[in-house]
Amino acid sequence: MSAGATQEAVAAVWRIESARLIGALLRLVRSVELAEDLAQEALIVALERWPATGIPDNPGAWLMTTAKNRALDQLRQRKMQQRKHEELGQHPASVSQEPAPDTGLEEDVGDDLLRLIFIACHPVLSREARAALTLKMLGGLTTEEIARAFLVPEPTMAQRIVRAKRSLGEARVPFELPPGAQLQSRLASVLEVIYLIFNEGYAATTGESWTRPQLCQEALRLGRILAGLMSGEAEVHGLLALMELNASRLPARTGALGEPILLLDQDRTRWDQLLLHRGLAALERAERLRQPLGSYTLQAAIAACHARARVASQTDWHRIVALYDALVELTLSPIVELNRAVAVSMAFGPGAGLELLASLAEEPALKSYHLLPSVRGDLLFKLGRYAEATVEFERAAAMTQNSRERTLLQTRAQESRRCHSSARRHISIVR
Amino acid sequence: MRVMVFVPADSNSEAGVMPTQDLISKMMKFNEDLVKAGVMLDGQGLTPTSRAKRVRFSGNQRTVIDGPFAESKELVAGYWIWQVKSVEEAVEWLKRAPFDGGVEVTIRPIFEPEDFGRELTAELRSKQEQLQVEIDRQKRS
Repeated sequence: MSAGATQEAVAAVWRIESARLIGALLRLVRSVELAEDLAQEALIVALERWPATGIPDNPGAWLMTTAKNRALDQLRQRKMQQRKHEELGQHPASVSQEPAPDTGLEEDVGDDLLRLIFIACHPVLSREARAALTLKMLGGLTTEEIARAFLVPEPTMAQRIVRAKRSLGEARVPFELPPGAQLQSRLASVLEVIYLIFNEGYAATTGESWTRPQLCQEALRLGRILAGLMSGEAEVHGLLALMELNASRLPARTGALGEPILLLDQDRTRWDQLLLHRGLAALERAERLRQPLGSYTLQAAIAACHARARVASQTDWHRIVALYDALVELTLSPIVELNRAVAVSMAFGPGAGLELLASLAEEPALKSYHLLPSVRGDLLFKLGRYAEATVEFERAAAMTQNSRERTLLQTRAQESRRCHSSARRHISIVR
Repeated sequence: MRVMVFVPADSNSEAGVMPTQDLISKMMKFNEDLVKAGVMLDGQGLTPTSRAKRVRFSGNQRTVIDGPFAESKELVAGYWIWQVKSVEEAVEWLKRAPFDGGVEVTIRPIFEPEDFGRELTAELRSKQEQLQVEIDRQKRS
């Protein structure tokens, strides 16, 4: 095997084994920083030796043994230092509290991974730091890959990861899984990070386009892993369903020139059927657990209404409105209310939607949100109130930060103006 | 990327002989590992070709041929669809599968949208759009 080929094979082994390796080492040394360092050292040894020896039959076990030996070496050194301290009559607290090493490295792989996910997504860290650390330790991505995916320079990302690991140590974050009562809120933090990673890839319209779908893939992989580890949690399946369903639309979301294509205008034959059906199956698993529907499951249920409609005109808007009702109640988010107004307009006509928007106009959270005038413009247009629609589209165009969107909104403003003048001509002819 | 992994048929699978209990449990464990790692998207075993059909195309003629089919090495007994980062990752996974006896299992990367040229995609798309317009027209009439 050539050196390059071995390197690729080592990278593949790393991808498969790194999370389990770090997870097991974490149980042994109880420090994220140290566990990750030990795993990286084992990887370096592998990169040095495997080109000559070939890849061992059980590369995972090989990496474990190598890292474990290093860990034991370090513990032994620390014990020796401790003994020296004791001989000198010193008792440094941090050393004497060292737990006995747990040597059952092969057991409880599931628990190891779960602990690792919960630590990487610990709320003491910023959302960006949580996302980076999760991709590093659970996705097995290199710092360079993560930096490229988030469009930041590599040294910045390296700093972010180092600081995150240090923060975990300084905050003395316990490495055990959170107890029952805390588990739900901590799980919310985990799901948030996975969805953040997904959306970072999904919502991207700028940057090197090929690196972005990779983020969606990574988030999906994490979601699938978590669904295997916490199969009794409905929201875990709900989030996975939401991501699978949204990802099924990726091939239809952009036109030939990279321009965004809105959901109702998409060519549904291009939706990925495998992901779509996996999404529906995951939603079914979430619903079968008969837990109160969480926000991810509700969003997935809405996405499923679109997925089930073979053409846009078959969409069950009444059901979508009902689901949005539940989602508004749960989230109290004005943005969700705005979405609900759109669904209402599709189910009961633009007039009904417009009425709901009136109550949202005073909402401070939507003051500078371009989609509010954009939606209002659309509904006014559908009602034939073209002059008012023009004003709304122009307002929305001035508010958006995204140039593609601005172009789209300006086009709609022009279209409204044209309709307005031709409607007036029409009226004068009738008279 | 996605890959499809083809497991070839042999005389046993063609004869409908079920694998040993030991192999079945090993295979279940392997599948479980794949699912838990978020790698397996799909995977199924196929019935013997005695239940299969072939359709031969020749000009306007369509000829249906009933199984079983002879060339067992080229027949497929099962498949997986995996989501992986690279072919190498698929290889490393496949190496862990509980096969034996000289059987050769094939990994084939599935085409991704970006594997097609931009222009071809645009052309296909406009074709599809025409098709959609036609379908809508038929629906209305």
